[in-house]
Amino acid sequence: MTDRLHVGTRKGLFEIVRRNGAWDIGDTQFLGDPVSAVLADGDTVHAALDLGHFGTKLWRRERAGSWRELPAPAFPPKPDDAGDDPHPWSLGRIWAIEPGGVDGRLWAGTMPGGLFRSDDGGETWSLNDALWRMPQRKQWMGVAGGEQPGISNVLIDPRDPADIRLGISTAGIWASTDTGMTWHLINQGMYNEYMPPERSGDPIAQDVHCLARCAARPAVMWCQHHNGVFRSEDRGATWHEVTAIRPSKFGFAVVAHPRDPNTAWFVPAIKDERRIPVDGKVVVARTRDGGQSFDILCNGLPQRHAYDLVWRHGLAVDDSGELVAFGSTSGGLWISEDGGDSWAPLDARLPPIAVVRFAHA
Amino acid sequence: MPTVSFTSALQRFMPVPSMQVDAATVAQALAAVFAARPALRGYVLDDQNALRRHVAVYVNGDLVRDRSRLSDPVAGDDEIHVFQALTGG
Repeated sequence: MTDRLHVGTRKGLFEIVRRNGAWDIGDTQFLGDPVSAVLADGDTVHAALDLGHFGTKLWRRERAGSWRELPAPAFPPKPDDAGDDPHPWSLGRIWAIEPGGVDGRLWAGTMPGGLFRSDDGGETWSLNDALWRMPQRKQWMGVAGGEQPGISNVLIDPRDPADIRLGISTAGIWASTDTGMTWHLINQGMYNEYMPPERSGDPIAQDVHCLARCAARPAVMWCQHHNGVFRSEDRGATWHEVTAIRPSKFGFAVVAHPRDPNTAWFVPAIKDERRIPVDGKVVVARTRDGGQSFDILCNGLPQRHAYDLVWRHGLAVDDSGELVAFGSTSGGLWISEDGGDSWAPLDARLPPIAVVRFAHA
Repeated sequence: MPTVSFTSALQRFMPVPSMQVDAATVAQALAAVFAARPALRGYVLDDQNALRRHVAVYVNGDLVRDRSRLSDPVAGDDEIHVFQALTGG
């Protein structure tokens, strides 16, 4: 198990460390600034800031206490013939930073839908042209009340770094098996209740809130979708709805057990206009049988007048599958060391939490 | 020569003292500053080199008109101010 957890919030990055059996804040960085994505690999930490007025920034810590700003991913000059592009050619927000499975390679998923690649540990970035220039991209829709679509998940097959799956709000799931040279929209079997009936099953119209992949069995994927929970056993090509999810089927976050393809965790909320926990009780839903049934985990979680919502990247599991943590829009952070059976709150009132991520040991 | 000054909100990220620059347009004036301070560019301009949406530039108190190419002329001892609209909570 790792002893380190990184929490990106509306007002700063918090490093939570385990000392003498208890978790506490060990370090703070970027206090006052919104953190939208984080990746931690040993002592190396990448953090993306969304400064609003002054744009998106990328920082790296190479060892404790030594942070340095890196050039943020940037779009190339917009060509004259791209005048009808509904989305800006300018970085809106970094929503995901993922290791590429090759030494030095990183992927960044962003708003307004650009996928960026670095092969030098984040020092330089280039836009994935093949995806950005797909004609269908103009059909991608905005997310989170904004006008820009966002790549919220970049999932690399641990056994094959050329095999990539993207979860996009709102544009379904896109796949590449050649390191991003070509892309295909792959998701069949999902439905979107807020679209006109004739377009309900259209793969590109699917609002994929969050994707997760079992590291040991990468063919098994889970999706927390705007309209429910889905599972795939064929690398995201076809999906079956997991109707046993309780207490509700709406939510944003999902994480998959790194070894057990039948285990995943969700944090459901009332669907969908109100977006608060059912009955004011914060719970985690865990399945250990591939979605046939769920345990509703609440031991140590607030069960009275709690209105915490957990965003896409607000739920995390470590490489062992035993450490699970989640953080809420109300700044609550809870950590479990037994796969969710019991939870302990962090003794702090954090800003609204966007991302929770364990460090790779 | 025109002088370029920056909002104190930017001083939090890096030192940006006022600079006198040899320039005939706002774009040239900012380019001269960015040549000395490359990291500042991304804080003021977007990926297409237009002014960021919530950054405002004034020349002698007047808001610049051309936010995408920054072609507004400057001369003599013009005062160029780079500001932001602070919002949020």
